[in-house]
Amino acid sequence: MEDKHLFKPGHTACAGCGQAIAARLVIEAAGANTIVANNTGCLEVFSTKYPETAWGVPWIHSLFENSAAVASGIEAALKYLGKKDSINVIAQGGDGSSGDIGLQALSGMLERGHDILYVCYDNEAYMNTGVQRSGLTPFDTNTTTSPSGSLSAGNLRPKKPMPEICNAHGIPYVATASAGFPQDLTRKVKKAISIRGPKYIQVHVPCPLGWRHATNQMLPVAKLAVETGLYPLFEYENGVLSNRKQIVPKPVQEYLQTQGRFKHLVNNPEEVKKIQGIADNNIKKYNLKAEA
Amino acid sequence: MFGPLTVKPKESKGDKTGSWRTQFRPEYLHKNCIACRMCAMICPEGCVYGKEKNSFWVDFNFCKGCGVCADICPKKDIAMVVEDGKSEEK
Amino acid sequence: MKEFLEGSHAIAEIVKACRPGVVSAYPITPQTHIVEDLAQMVANGELKSEFVNVESEHSAASVVLGGSAAGVRVYTATSSQGLFYMQEVVFNIAGMRLPVVMTCANRAISAPINIWNDQQDSISLRDAGWIQIYAEDNQEAVDFHLLAYRLAEDKRVMLPVMVCMDGFILTHGMETVDIPEQEKVDKFLPPYSPLYKLDPAEPISMGLLADPDYYMETRFAIQETMKESLGYLSEISSEFNGVFGRDYKDLLVEEYQTKDAEKVIVAMGSVCGTIKEAVDQQRAKGKKVGLLRIISFRPFPYARIYEVLKDVPRVAVLDKAVSLGGYAPLSVDVKAALYGKKKGPKVVSSFVAGLGGRDITLESINEVFRRLTAKEVSSDFIDLKPELLKEEYGR
Repeated sequence: MEDKHLFKPGHTACAGCGQAIAARLVIEAAGANTIVANNTGCLEVFSTKYPETAWGVPWIHSLFENSAAVASGIEAALKYLGKKDSINVIAQGGDGSSGDIGLQALSGMLERGHDILYVCYDNEAYMNTGVQRSGLTPFDTNTTTSPSGSLSAGNLRPKKPMPEICNAHGIPYVATASAGFPQDLTRKVKKAISIRGPKYIQVHVPCPLGWRHATNQMLPVAKLAVETGLYPLFEYENGVLSNRKQIVPKPVQEYLQTQGRFKHLVNNPEEVKKIQGIADNNIKKYNLKAEA
Repeated sequence: MFGPLTVKPKESKGDKTGSWRTQFRPEYLHKNCIACRMCAMICPEGCVYGKEKNSFWVDFNFCKGCGVCADICPKKDIAMVVEDGKSEEK
Repeated sequence: MKEFLEGSHAIAEIVKACRPGVVSAYPITPQTHIVEDLAQMVANGELKSEFVNVESEHSAASVVLGGSAAGVRVYTATSSQGLFYMQEVVFNIAGMRLPVVMTCANRAISAPINIWNDQQDSISLRDAGWIQIYAEDNQEAVDFHLLAYRLAEDKRVMLPVMVCMDGFILTHGMETVDIPEQEKVDKFLPPYSPLYKLDPAEPISMGLLADPDYYMETRFAIQETMKESLGYLSEISSEFNGVFGRDYKDLLVEEYQTKDAEKVIVAMGSVCGTIKEAVDQQRAKGKKVGLLRIISFRPFPYARIYEVLKDVPRVAVLDKAVSLGGYAPLSVDVKAALYGKKKGPKVVSSFVAGLGGRDITLESINEVFRRLTAKEVSSDFIDLKPELLKEEYGR
């Protein structure tokens, strides 16, 4: 049974790791005829510590920021060999390596139109190095480099809108997904793989350690992020918003109170109001509210 | 001459991360299971196996006791019990 | 076939003949003409290759890393700032034992920004684990690319190779060059057959995390392979001579009138052409001088250098680079080759010249011979302009 695994057990992820779940679902949806290029980060470190590897598909790790460029080279080589049509290429990384340090390589890959699926595992901070703030860390989040204190309510800036940035490159498919909605994630990966050209999927993956919640709370936490409107699930196809998960919006307080990284907001209704504003904007922008 | 360079998946046994389990482990009650497969799908380790109703089982060599399978089961057919060191091994 | 053409064009011709499957580079003077030529060749169907226009040198190196990992022969070229931008990828490629071949069109390093030739760029990356060979003229630059692929892809080696040619002087200089014919190239350089590659038929993981229990052996292995490559360079050179009729001897050094020399200059690259002329002129006047040209900078041919210089009373090492705060880099390796031995020169003086493209003339070389006295000097700058120097700024 183990031999058929494309992402084998025995890796050293934390118990309840959202990224481990998502990574396994992604590669199982893509199938055995896939080559993966991975950025440095939690996923790379916990899945390939010499002499162990969790990957049942060909897999390469180069540096922190260049999986999109390495994948571009792999895709070019496959085209040269006439094998691109039968082999999928996935480039993947965390929010930091995709949206910050790796943004240049990702942008280049998207602009050049390579037939590659890029998956960004968004746990909203540089988790592997100890929960430091990234460009995709949400507003008012407590991280080690955007800590809350007497003068601060946490991260000062809103999330970098990576799906919109990728969509602006004019690529055929962009989607957001969540580890809390595994079947939706699988569907989106399969759909992306079937499209020729550059694709971007950003998966919200709870991190029990970094977000400070119990390991068995992965699902409720991930679901609340979506149901409050803070992490909208949508698809852009050829630049047009084609699909979104409709919600009956819950107040953001319900989501914030599930995680230790927001506990400094418990007695700060002013800041919670600002976060509600962000959620409300999302609901409006993506038309998330379910019809009565 | 070459040093440590590449690894083939079939040669990689994986760490027996089951030894990490601290407090709880899942107990599959095998009573109301509808074989929705969500437990197998959601396990971060990928160490839940099974096909038909009430046939799902955990490879305790790798289970870290996170409890997500118990949380996702729509029939509440998985209980998290205190780890007593007497895990079943199939 | 002999042609009179610009160095860059000659390099493009030989790279085309080597049949790379993926070519990726980012424009930087003075490498631009090489890559532009290759793009035109692809556009005309002369070169069947995937040409990837990247958004930075870091990505150019990453693209060829990926292409090579996928089992295809690759090519890239850069200079100066570009080489520095891709530095971490350069180390990564060597650590992953991928046979990438790169042309480094040697150029000075910022700041201040300067596009003209010196060797600070490639020499600054000497620790990376790449084999580095330095061409004196365009014929060598062409031949060395062929040798580079043959050496890199050798199953005993599997290390990347940097072919260094002086920017502008060689890249933009017009020379008569014999471009090897395709059939002979194919005979000398068979298709790339990877030892390991990314292929769903036989999956592997590359680039794993190696903790203290595993890391050191990877570096040791490269060091050992580098030492062994000193021998492989000679082997491949004689194979090359058999097919193309040009003899690079051991591809490590070139001895030019060193046999009975009382003063020898040690140098690398195109400046050696000028030095040879200066040597000829001085010899005609009865002065016993010579040149020891270094071809392979990494692996560094310590034993050969000792062999040639052990009976030479005075040696001048001419560096076209500088290690700010220390001895000039080439002189350090030369001195290391001579240290602790029973015989050796009485004086090994180190000179720095040609930085930022300052011309090294026959007169400059004669000045080096003049300054090579019984008193050893260290990092002595040739052709310096003292009027440009001031003790305080802003006055």
